[in-house]
Amino acid sequence: MQAHGFSKPLLKVEKLTKFFGPNQALNEVSFELFPGEVLAIVGESGSGKSTLLNCINSNIDFDQGQVHFQSQALGSVNMGELSEVNQRLIKRTEWGFVHQNARDGLIMNVSAGANIGERLMSLGHRHYGKIRATAIESLAEVEIDANRIDDLPLNFSGGMQQRLQIARNLVTHPRLILMDEPTSGLDVSVQAKLLDLLKRLTQNRGLAVLIVTHDLAVARLLADQMMVMQNGKVIESGLTDQILDDPQHPYSQLLVSSILQN
Amino acid sequence: MSDELNTTSSHSGFNFAYLDEQTKRMIRKALLKAVAIPGHQVPFASKEMPLPYGWGTGGIQVTASIIGRDDTLKVIDQGSDDTVNAVNIRKFFQKTTGVQTTENTEEASLIQTRHRIPEFPLKEGQIMVYQVPVPEPLQRLEPRETETRKMHALADYGLMHVKLYEDITHFGKITSTYDYPVLVDHRYLSAPSPIPKFDNPKLHQSKALHLFGAGREKRIYAIPPYTDVDSLGFEDHPFELQRWDQACALCGSKDTFLDEVITNDEGGHLFVCSDTNHCQRSQKNGAVHDS
Repeated sequence: MQAHGFSKPLLKVEKLTKFFGPNQALNEVSFELFPGEVLAIVGESGSGKSTLLNCINSNIDFDQGQVHFQSQALGSVNMGELSEVNQRLIKRTEWGFVHQNARDGLIMNVSAGANIGERLMSLGHRHYGKIRATAIESLAEVEIDANRIDDLPLNFSGGMQQRLQIARNLVTHPRLILMDEPTSGLDVSVQAKLLDLLKRLTQNRGLAVLIVTHDLAVARLLADQMMVMQNGKVIESGLTDQILDDPQHPYSQLLVSSILQN
Repeated sequence: MSDELNTTSSHSGFNFAYLDEQTKRMIRKALLKAVAIPGHQVPFASKEMPLPYGWGTGGIQVTASIIGRDDTLKVIDQGSDDTVNAVNIRKFFQKTTGVQTTENTEEASLIQTRHRIPEFPLKEGQIMVYQVPVPEPLQRLEPRETETRKMHALADYGLMHVKLYEDITHFGKITSTYDYPVLVDHRYLSAPSPIPKFDNPKLHQSKALHLFGAGREKRIYAIPPYTDVDSLGFEDHPFELQRWDQACALCGSKDTFLDEVITNDEGGHLFVCSDTNHCQRSQKNGAVHDS
């Protein structure tokens, strides 16, 4: 998709392959993600969606392939060859990662403000007042009341925890966010609210998002592009509407036909 | 320290300074590495000592490894030369080495301490040995040691500031009053261990060598002379020293660390210097009292 006028992809994944023992979890997965683009990865559980996300985020090592990122600070980088210091730097400044379970992405026993401020403090921010002011702005952006800033995330509802996790990621103005099933585990009305928020944030901030989901409705609402995975392989990819309205691969057809149509 | 091999003891049945020479050599190697990388925790094979963990096994092993016949030893506990722990550790080294001991800070070449740095300024050639319970300043924030080691390796210390942020958020100020985290030589985050934060500035560009031994946790680290030691803080909530409204009730000093002493069961209490040696000297010099 060249319509947005960027010639270089923000993220370029080439032939990513991962084995867990004898089981191949990823089989030469390749794709490109352009700035401001939202790509949904769908597929049944066990198809390798989360493994793909974790490999890209260097949470787990992959066996073959490459992950290239167009960094503002460091230029074009190969994430696998980057020193751990720079990896952490990129993941803290230009990337975000939203876990399925907010507890994995938050420090549960420190206040919401400290959760948001942690990224800033690890980047060397040392002004308490400014860190706090930034945290309040971030909370407002994800529609959490500023007077909850000193409360522990433990005392937040599931939806609020998820929004706090997003705020924590947004505070450094990343350009790429990886999301692993951000809406599952929330009730339908909270899901809808969170999707609204995500849609607004991606549009307003020009965020590129890689979102793993098993929910085709989420993909339809948020994603420009879509990738269908089965057994560690990408079996179909293209524009979201195209795939959902006219799936070509038999498995994609099965997947689309399995959701209730109205 | 004397270079000669100290093979005989003044007390029969033990090697000089209790530890065998191989153990001392192993600890000295760890000490050299610790001095070479200020603030970095070096693992060492901590030995079983004739007292329980938590009573100063780390400090005693460090002292035993570096003490020589011509050293003069001072031992303090909570700033005092005559509390149980100080008296017994001093006796232990008297028995096993026969070296001179002293209560005077400036006469000592080796000072083993828990909780305090003496008020009297340290000088070149002096060595402070600390008994450290928890050498890892990040331990309460990140229990996985694999992770805290990685944080040290990458100088990734944001988490420590999260703790300070929380303090300010809930209490309006940084509430740590002892074991206040410091950055040594602009690189390694270290716990000055149980010394009050009142003593933190004394570590900065100190003329003496500071050695830290944690027996149970099996770690040694060091702050060499003339090293920058910065206490953490925020620009708008900087590191602050404790202050007392009172002067010492015994010597009248206004610039020392004071302990509150309960004098009776009717609420009577006094504030007195925790550094007994310094206090006695001030009293002798007639610092204030007769005024």
